[in-house]
Amino acid sequence: MRFEKHRDTLTVHLEGELDHCCAQSIRREMDRLLEEPQIRRLVIDMGDMSFMDSSGIGVILGRYRLLASRGGSVAVRNMNRQVARIFQLSGMGQIIEVMQG
Amino acid sequence: MEQKNAMTLEFLSLPENEGFARVAVSAFAVQLNPTLETLTDIKTAVSEAVTNAIVHGYREETGIVKVEASYDHSGKLTVTVSDTGCGIPDIARAMTPFFTTQPEKERSGMGFAVMQTFMDDVQVTSQPGCGTNVTLVKTIAAE
Repeated sequence: MRFEKHRDTLTVHLEGELDHCCAQSIRREMDRLLEEPQIRRLVIDMGDMSFMDSSGIGVILGRYRLLASRGGSVAVRNMNRQVARIFQLSGMGQIIEVMQG
Repeated sequence: MEQKNAMTLEFLSLPENEGFARVAVSAFAVQLNPTLETLTDIKTAVSEAVTNAIVHGYREETGIVKVEASYDHSGKLTVTVSDTGCGIPDIARAMTPFFTTQPEKERSGMGFAVMQTFMDDVQVTSQPGCGTNVTLVKTIAAE
């Protein structure tokens, strides 16, 4: 998983597919990066992702809970249309910022 | 209407088969010449149904997941995903958005809601102790 850290922000670039099968390793990898307590904002870049089902919603909401518990936030960017529909359906737009570009 | 083509897949309820199952069904559905967006809808719905069979139907056990796909001359695609796992005691409750039996595993409870949004019709039959059949239907209009 490619990632960058800048001050309190961790940006992760998801690649390939995010389904129930891949969810656990993606979750584990993100949580390892989020262990650093100064990180208060997680940006999930989905530009290189080819597929996501509702397992991805679970992963994003789980990281939101983690960040929210330390007063932080989660944002997503570069969602494709299919992912945007799943996102909208689950009402995640109310708690997770959608960044343009 | 009479079937024009049909296929059946059977595989073990292992998470690594989720990708295989959705790609196989979408490769079959390509014969109907769908748009890329329609194909992604089908792939997503199949992924949800197969994941449900693996995660909820068989839980810690391993069983057989069966995926049957067919289409008729009108372009109506029917995909049935079946398991012989634990079954669903209350189907209406299982289909309620955000309902999950495994919140600790960060399951979102959105599987059926996604299937209903991405397909024209979703039918579920289940018998506790015997298994579950999920039928997904989508008509792919000729371009």
